[in-house]
Amino acid sequence: MVDVAERRAATDEAGEVVDAKRPLPRWIITVAALCIFLAFWEFFGRQVNPIFGSYPSAIFAAFITLIRNGKLAYALGQSLQPFLLGYGIAILVGVPLGLVIGRFRTAEAALGIFITGGYAMPLVALVPLLILWFGLGFAVKAAVIFLMSIFPIVINTWLGVKSVPKALIEVGRALVASDAVILRRIVLPATLPYIMAGIRLAVGRAVVGMVIAEFFTEISGLGGIIINSADNFDTATMFVPIIVLMVLAVGLNWLIGWCERAIAPWQAEIAGREQN
Amino acid sequence: MGEVSLIEVSKRFTLRLDGGVQTVHALDRLSFTVRDGEVVALIGPSGCGKTTALRIAMGLETASAGRVTVDGTAISGCGYDRGMVFQHAELLPWLTALKNVEFGLEMKGMRGAALRDTAMKYLTLVGLSGSVNRRPYQLSGGMQQRVGIARALAIDPKVLLMDEPFGALDAQTRETLQGELLQIHARTKKTILFVTHDLDEAVLLADRVVVMQHGRLHEIVEVPLPRPREDLAKIRGSEAFAQTRYHIWQALHDGAGAPGAGVNDAGVHGDGVHGAATLH
Repeated sequence: MVDVAERRAATDEAGEVVDAKRPLPRWIITVAALCIFLAFWEFFGRQVNPIFGSYPSAIFAAFITLIRNGKLAYALGQSLQPFLLGYGIAILVGVPLGLVIGRFRTAEAALGIFITGGYAMPLVALVPLLILWFGLGFAVKAAVIFLMSIFPIVINTWLGVKSVPKALIEVGRALVASDAVILRRIVLPATLPYIMAGIRLAVGRAVVGMVIAEFFTEISGLGGIIINSADNFDTATMFVPIIVLMVLAVGLNWLIGWCERAIAPWQAEIAGREQN
Repeated sequence: MGEVSLIEVSKRFTLRLDGGVQTVHALDRLSFTVRDGEVVALIGPSGCGKTTALRIAMGLETASAGRVTVDGTAISGCGYDRGMVFQHAELLPWLTALKNVEFGLEMKGMRGAALRDTAMKYLTLVGLSGSVNRRPYQLSGGMQQRVGIARALAIDPKVLLMDEPFGALDAQTRETLQGELLQIHARTKKTILFVTHDLDEAVLLADRVVVMQHGRLHEIVEVPLPRPREDLAKIRGSEAFAQTRYHIWQALHDGAGAPGAGVNDAGVHGDGVHGAATLH
């Protein structure tokens, strides 16, 4: 009996044993998943005719070539300028618009239908018209990216305003705050998590919008590399900008998440959830 | 001064139920006065309109008829002459305790160093001087409500309106805060009107208890306990406490049963539904 009791005590004391069983850090799991995916792709990709598919090492070789001849950096710069402008304006316009639509009945009744409708708008169909308005260059690309990314930002902000607890607004009213002050000091901070989610969702749509614009207006940027190498049956090179775009989107997403934790640290505490 | 009166206050809601439109009389010609420096409890079964009455007194809701006056002046909407303490404190989660109290002061137009000093003064009054930089999620429920009380007091209102301020707290914390509210009242002499469903709390804290039934004033019960009330355990055990408590208990009960018994001159009850619903 004594023996058993002592052994129990020993396991209890070795508290680190429990710590060692702590689940793997998330980034390790992510990296492992990526490696497995790349290994499969490399293995099966090599069995396919290089016109119909490619594989990581060939894409990497094409990547190095594009870096060396400077095409990738040039294209990235060409793409990022309208991207940042269109996406930036979408945030600057979309957030206040969503706040106003969510807060004021009249604005909601008057503008809400354009937002829900506009979200589902087949933008590609409108590109020819946009070309007539904005030409073939920089402006039309920024416009397409803006139109692609503004709707999720407005809709999320709007939903966020709708979900602000009524009691918090009453705190403002009880303190005789004006509508504008309630909007800025109570509704805006309470809506921040929704706004950030909208900004994140918009990244993906903005990237798609950017490529659409580069395909259908003046061929340029990363989308230009895709279409030119596809026309030359150079599948490996075609994949380079696609992957660059995906990495860009993941990076932006991470950056926005970081901003969110910096701006709204209370949110993680309130919404902290159990995960397995 | 800080005298608040509800004069013939009525509140009607229109409900759309399948097929019909129903008018609910949440408040029916409710009148009572809270005198300067007095503590009055509003008590009644749930749905009797006590919270609606308080919200109308604050200006968060408008009365369908009647008016509310503070020191004889009719109110329109919210004002700094009244401070509201909400049931769940309702602190702004992105602000620290200090900033939450400062928020109210800023709304009132205070700027600069006075802001921090005043906020600190009231946070000290509620015993939170050591936790001023914590955010609401880092405070217990009782501490959050203390900040809520400090925020309402800091704007220096004539009347403090409290909506079941301790209803969401555990029994022990509630008792502590009740004691502290009595101390705060003894020090600031603020007029206090609070809603509660807790008989003990009503008797312990109030000078008079307004008993409501079906949106109407049922009875106003004087609480014969002297102030200052310091030894709460002793007060709870006293004869006067037990008798007053029993009196209010009866007042709450005879309204639920036979209409008419002990009812004030407002007359007979509605059809027995909460809020005296009338079908049109």
